This record gives sequence, C-alpha cells and structure tokens, in this order.
Amino acid sequence: MIPTLFGVAAVIFFLLRVVPGDIVELKYAGSSGAYAPKEAIARERAQLGLDKPLWRQFGGWIWGLARLDFGDSMWTGRPITYEIRIRLELSIELALMATFVAILISIPLGTLAAVKQDTWIDYFVRVFSIAGLAIPSFWLGIVIILALIIYFRWLPPLTFTSFWVDPKANLSQLIWPALAVGYRYSAVATRMTRSTVLEVLREDYIRTARAKGLWERAVLMRHALKNALLPVITVIGLEFAFLVGGLVVTEQVFNLNGIGKLFVEAISQRDYTMIQSLALLTSFVFIFVNFLVDLINAFVDPRIRYQ
Amino acid sequence: MASVSTHSIESSVTDHLNRWLAVSLRFARRRPLGAIGAVIVIIMILAAALAGFIAPFDPLATDYAAMLQAPSAAHWFGTDSFGRDVLSRIIYGSRTALWVGFGSSFFGATLGAIVGVTSAYFGGKVDLILQRLMDLLLSFPLIILALVVVVVLGNGTLNVILAIMVPMLPRCALVLRSSALALREMPFVEAARALGFGPMRIILRHMLPNVMAPYLIMLTAFLGQAILLEASLSFLGLGVAEPQAAWGLMLRGAAVDFAERAPWMAIYPGIAISLSVFAFNLLGDSLRDAIDPKLRV
Repeated sequence: MIPTLFGVAAVIFFLLRVVPGDIVELKYAGSSGAYAPKEAIARERAQLGLDKPLWRQFGGWIWGLARLDFGDSMWTGRPITYEIRIRLELSIELALMATFVAILISIPLGTLAAVKQDTWIDYFVRVFSIAGLAIPSFWLGIVIILALIIYFRWLPPLTFTSFWVDPKANLSQLIWPALAVGYRYSAVATRMTRSTVLEVLREDYIRTARAKGLWERAVLMRHALKNALLPVITVIGLEFAFLVGGLVVTEQVFNLNGIGKLFVEAISQRDYTMIQSLALLTSFVFIFVNFLVDLINAFVDPRIRYQ
Repeated sequence: MASVSTHSIESSVTDHLNRWLAVSLRFARRRPLGAIGAVIVIIMILAAALAGFIAPFDPLATDYAAMLQAPSAAHWFGTDSFGRDVLSRIIYGSRTALWVGFGSSFFGATLGAIVGVTSAYFGGKVDLILQRLMDLLLSFPLIILALVVVVVLGNGTLNVILAIMVPMLPRCALVLRSSALALREMPFVEAARALGFGPMRIILRHMLPNVMAPYLIMLTAFLGQAILLEASLSFLGLGVAEPQAAWGLMLRGAAVDFAERAPWMAIYPGIAISLSVFAFNLLGDSLRDAIDPKLRV
C-alpha cells in the first residue's frame, strides 16, 4: 500500500506542477487587476516555497506526509490538516448515511426482484436501478430541493448543525443529500443483489431447505441471502468511487461545506497543496476501502480465507 | 457491360442493407430494452446533426425582454435567466454531450486497448511496468482524476474529453489485457512472429482486430459514464465553458438560484442528461449480452 501511495503522490504532484500559471499570479490578477510588482510576486513565491527546485518541493511534501503534516493551504495559509478537520465530520457522516441509504434500497429491492423474477415487480426494480445509474445525483439533489421548497416551504439551512449538538436538525439536514447520493450508489448493488440471489436460489441446498419443510422466509433469510450478500459487499466497496463523485457534486448543490466542496474550491483557486493533499487523501481512502472489502470477504467467506 | 457492373454493385449494396436490417431487427426482437436505447440514441444523434434546422432559436441569443419565461407556445421549455431558449440549448447541448461522450470513450478505449494488448504481447518487464502504471491511475476515484486533469489543462471541450479519457484508459487496458493474454499463445500470432514481423505490426494488425468484441463492449459501456461525467464537470464549472450549450452547465448556478421561480430551467436539462445516459446504458448492456455474456464491466 505504501509504494502505491507514494506513486499516487508523485503522479499528482508532478501533474499539478506542469500547469502554467500558479496561485500567486492568480491571486494578484484577481485582487487588483493591475500588474503586481515583480518583487512582490517573487517574495510571495519564496514564502510559499514555489521558487525551490521541484524535487526539493516534492521531497519536502513527502517528508511532511511521513509525519502526517500536509503543509499549509496556499490560499488561506492555514494548515491543511485544520481545514480538513473542520469539514471531515460532515463528509464522513454524509458518506455513511448515503451508504446506509444505498444498502437499505438495494438489498430488499434486489431480493424482492429475484424472488418475483419476471413479474412487474421485477421489471419495476430493474428499470428503477438502471435509472439510478443514469440520473445525475446533482440533478436529483436539485429536484429534491425544488420539491421541498414548493411542497413544504423548506429551505436547506445555511449552516451545518453537528449531530452531537442537535441530532434531529442534523439528520433532517443531511437526509436529502444522502438520498440523492445513495440512490445512485444503490443502483449497481441492486442489480448485483438480484442476480446473486437468483443464482443462489437455484442451488441444491435451497431445494433441500425447502424439502425439509422450512418456511420460505427462513429459506430466503437464513440460507439464500447469507450466501448471496458476498458479491454485494464487494460491489458496494468497489462502487465507493461513485460515492466520492456523488459527494463532490451534491455538497455543491446543498451548499454543504464538506471535503468535496473544499476540493472544488481548491481547484478553482489553484491551491496546489490543498488539491494534492485532498487527491491523495481520497485515493488513500479508496485503496483502504478496497482492502477492507477483501478483509470482510475473507471474514464472511471461509473459502477465501483458506486460499 | 457498364450497366451490368452498376447493377451488381447496386445489388451488393442492397444485400448489405438487407443484412444489416435483418440483424438489427433480430437484435430489436431479442432485446427490446436495447432497441429502445438505440432509438433514443438515434434521435439524439439526429438532433445533434440537424440542430441548426430543428432548434427554434439561436442557443446563444440572449433576450432580456424574455427572461425566465414559463414554457409557452413560442418557448416550449421556457427561457433561462438570460432569456435564452431552453429547448434550443438542450438541442445544441446534445452536440456537446455526444462529442465529449464519443470522443473520450473512443480515445480512452483505443489507447486502453493498445496499452492492454502491448502489455499482454510483451509480458515480463513491460507488462509489469505498464500494469503498475495502470494500477496507479486506477487508485483514484474517477471524478478526482478527471478533476486533477482539468486543473492541469483548464476548461474547454477538448480538455474535458482528455480529462474523461484519462481515468477510462486503465479500465479498458485491464480488460483488454486479459483478453489478449489468451491470444498471445495462438498459432496465428506465432506464425506472424515466425514470418519475422515486428511487434508493432503483430500488435496492430494481428492482435488488436481479435479483441474487437471486448473493445466495443468497453467503448459502449463508457459512453453513458462519459456523458454523465461531462455533465458533472460542467455543473461544477470545471468542464465546458459558458456560453456554449451543455446540459450540465445549464444546471449550474442560475438553475439552483431560480429553482423556485423557474423550475423548468432545472428540470429539462436534467431529463435530457438522464434520458441519454439511460439510453446509452441500455444499448451498452444489450450489446454486451449479445456479444459476450460472460464479460462484466
């Protein structure tokens, strides 16, 4: 994992340094419009460490990372770990809620579709899940806001309320973006649940379970679902990228000041240190989630453990 | 003599057409969902090609006398905050969507195919290095990598195509490498090597044509995703730049701010995105089932 992360860090760092025009030019162009004195630009570059050779900048960054120090934001000047920390709670909570929504949608719906294969219920679920892949989560977010405004006169609050301060306000604020992200997140998992349950239902041990007179519900819950869920867990892990994409756009729509919004802002401000740190962080989480999925699979399925 | 030869050319053309028609009809009968997708895609392509004829207004023409008008006989889908006709902008937006969708999928899948097949052909160190590189690209979530590329290249249609292409490339390379691995041991590849052909010729002329099936499947599977990604980037203001007509861009800023007063601004472009991605996904799924049911993308 460490070599991959090092490679990822190198890719982002050098990609970003190919860009013509840096943050200092952008700052001056934005503030006065007039040409800034050359000395001022040079001074600011020196302050941000942009005048050093690339390899030294890179080395400094990696050395900092090894000590869990991401450096300072080039835009605000505050430590990046601070900027991330104040926004992390919101994004993590939203991600967890969206995953929860996705699981709540996909597993019951997928199972239902499999049990009622080729009925209108099945067709409905299939169209519902294909549509989930096609509807952009930011548009779903806009439509949700629209509906809330028109029917309930509810406006998304401007400030974020922490769960620990006021759980009810917090949940009522985050449930809508979680729905918008979770629906798309659920689409592939629903299809996966349907096809694995279908496969498992044809197994011999299901016939045996039915033959010994077990209730259909027990057959389904205890015998079929348990074995069908493994690929579903894998898919939920692999589709984590969708979750990230969903968070980035949905935080924008609902005006939530989370990591995704920070990333988009950093990009439009050419805040290199912030962009590289956030890109590294997301890919770290991405790699870690995939690793976790492997672990869970091994835990749930003894066959994998023995390999 | 001349009439005979023209006749035979004509008949071979009609033969071809008939065969195509028969194949498409069979596809439509066996996979109705795929056929629905194909019809929507064809409508979209026609709309993009004939935009100049069917769009009732100039998509860029602002009209401050007609700002935020509700849908009417003149403006079927209403107007936006600059008085631009929403329907016309949606019709012209299909050009952007198709251009970016096909462009990035084509280049992403093609480069991915070349990388995958090359890596399978050489094996050993080349394979290892290429695979590590692809793994690196794969360890970013799709949108993050696309956004980083946008930072490097800046806004604009061509840059968006590149930004979407980069994360797609390794995904295609991975699939095509595994298809090409089996090819490497085939007698015809060995024969080509025995004839003294160079690796370049063997890869391009002998191996690539034989991985067409997974290549086409990957390409169609990317189409919907590419359109969606373009819409997301444009929505974030990091994709196609104003005043060009693009669906994601139409949902940006004003659409949210005026959502209550002018919901049509937010509703119709979103339907256009969803419908086209839906169609491309249906088509891609059915094509995959028809060509190679084992392959999961």
